[in-house]
Amino acid sequence: MSVDQATVRRIARLARLSSSDDALPRVAAELTRVLDLADQLAGAPLAGVEPMAHPQAQALAWRDDGVTAGDSADAFLALAPDTRGGLYLVPKVIE
Amino acid sequence: MAAESMAQLAQALRARRVSAVELAQQALITARARDDLNAFVTLDETGGLAAAQRADAALARGIASALAGIPFVHKDIFCTNGIRTTCASRMLENFVPPYDAAVVEKLAAVNAVSIGKANMDEFAMGSSNENSRFGPVRNPWDLTRVPGGSSGGSAAAVAAGIVSFATGTDTGGSIRQPAAFCGITGLKPTYGRVSRWGMIAYASSLDCGGVLARSAADCAQVLAAIAGRDGRDATSVDRPLDDYVATLSTSLKGIRIGVVREYFGSGVEDGVAVATQAALRELEHLGASLVDISLPNAPLAIPAYYVIAPAEASSNLARYDGVRYGHRCVEPKSLEDLYTRSRSEGFGAEVQRRILVGTYALSAGYYDAYYLRAQRARRLIANDFADAFRQVDLIAGPTAPTVAFKLGEKANDPLAMYAADVNTVAVNLAGLPAISVPAGLSCGLPVGLQLIAPAFAEARLLNAAHQFQGRTDWHRREPAQ
Repeated sequence: MSVDQATVRRIARLARLSSSDDALPRVAAELTRVLDLADQLAGAPLAGVEPMAHPQAQALAWRDDGVTAGDSADAFLALAPDTRGGLYLVPKVIE
Repeated sequence: MAAESMAQLAQALRARRVSAVELAQQALITARARDDLNAFVTLDETGGLAAAQRADAALARGIASALAGIPFVHKDIFCTNGIRTTCASRMLENFVPPYDAAVVEKLAAVNAVSIGKANMDEFAMGSSNENSRFGPVRNPWDLTRVPGGSSGGSAAAVAAGIVSFATGTDTGGSIRQPAAFCGITGLKPTYGRVSRWGMIAYASSLDCGGVLARSAADCAQVLAAIAGRDGRDATSVDRPLDDYVATLSTSLKGIRIGVVREYFGSGVEDGVAVATQAALRELEHLGASLVDISLPNAPLAIPAYYVIAPAEASSNLARYDGVRYGHRCVEPKSLEDLYTRSRSEGFGAEVQRRILVGTYALSAGYYDAYYLRAQRARRLIANDFADAFRQVDLIAGPTAPTVAFKLGEKANDPLAMYAADVNTVAVNLAGLPAISVPAGLSCGLPVGLQLIAPAFAEARLLNAAHQFQGRTDWHRREPAQ
């Protein structure tokens, strides 16, 4: 699978990573090589094989939807680059 | 002191020949003297000495555990309350968690003494420890070579005798391969055996916390302390623990070990194959019988892993958005600019590469061709192991196809780097436990023997590794200073 530069730009946008014009050819070539590796699976006898998402066959454990650790809002807000009045601040989204 | 076994140290502590504070001080001095290795991101002198004082108090009261007062280091992927936890990334360069990971809590509860945080590949993505914001770690056996990765700082710190053990994580070989490259013992437990709570996520269906130490007996002590059910990790398994220490002395008579034909394939160096074969003969002398086996789908492991792990990484690392914690770019022009620039500045090259590959594999139109196909291959790989374990008790082969390679040798060739994981990634895809034990030297550099067991048979792995180490002295060899 050869990845073109337009595809790199589209994937980078989906991943919220920048795609500068001078880096595009290199990134496209690298992605092509990794996907070529993945394409080795194309010849494997995979028809009818149940996909395996996880090593554990059993369902995930459930727990009560209750407070366990108490209110740590201040501790977590203290990690943020910018907050005000208990809220995270980001650039204005709606004019 | 750190060169002694943990059992010897525990004895010395109880006989008052040394105190935990003295051991911690010695570890901190050695760590500083060996800053050429670049094994640490953070040294925590204050926290380490305070923990050592608590250990001395517990020892004085006669209520101390086997790990009390033993100096160690946490891989910088485990969240530590009040101590910065970087994952060797610019993204988390100033991240100070407000809580401890489950593994951190458990080792603190038994009064083991953490002296800091070990360097690693950024977000555990790498096989050489060259992908670190804080620079590469060097191999104590040869400073021009890599220690392996991603738990490279952990491995180097143990191999250089700075600490007795280190925590690590293994998503595709990140405990076993550096253990092999640095001539120490590295245990990756069964998926779900050790809580992932507070362990920064890379690929959640593969990530596994574990231990690097000088011997299987030391690994057994640490596993006993960190294993077990934790309600905060939904994949943590509620299943009784074996007595990993008591079972070390069981005889290997009658045990069947499957030797994997595919693990001695074309990429394996002669010196590695020779050392591994000699190690297998030692196991035979201990009463094990060797059985030639095939894992026919082994060649699918690298392609499947390098779709599944990046896919899970692209999803997991979406959380780093510059809003709630982590790196934020200056003067963002819009919310999208904030996300995009913060992430592009915060993540290194290999992390961005894996996010892009994963995003591609999960994107509309490619999901079936990549992600779903890789998941089908994963099933075949897991079935291979299940079939093999119907005829054998353990599976063996070289941990890595080569000895430690030179710094820079593969840094610009991601695919050559990925090939270093050829014998380790399948174990993660199947969720099995495995151990790497020092098995010999090739050109003066350590070779690791990998043993793989069925799910939750860590005791069998540790037993076989311990018996092997009772007959050989490769694990006692030390790099020249």
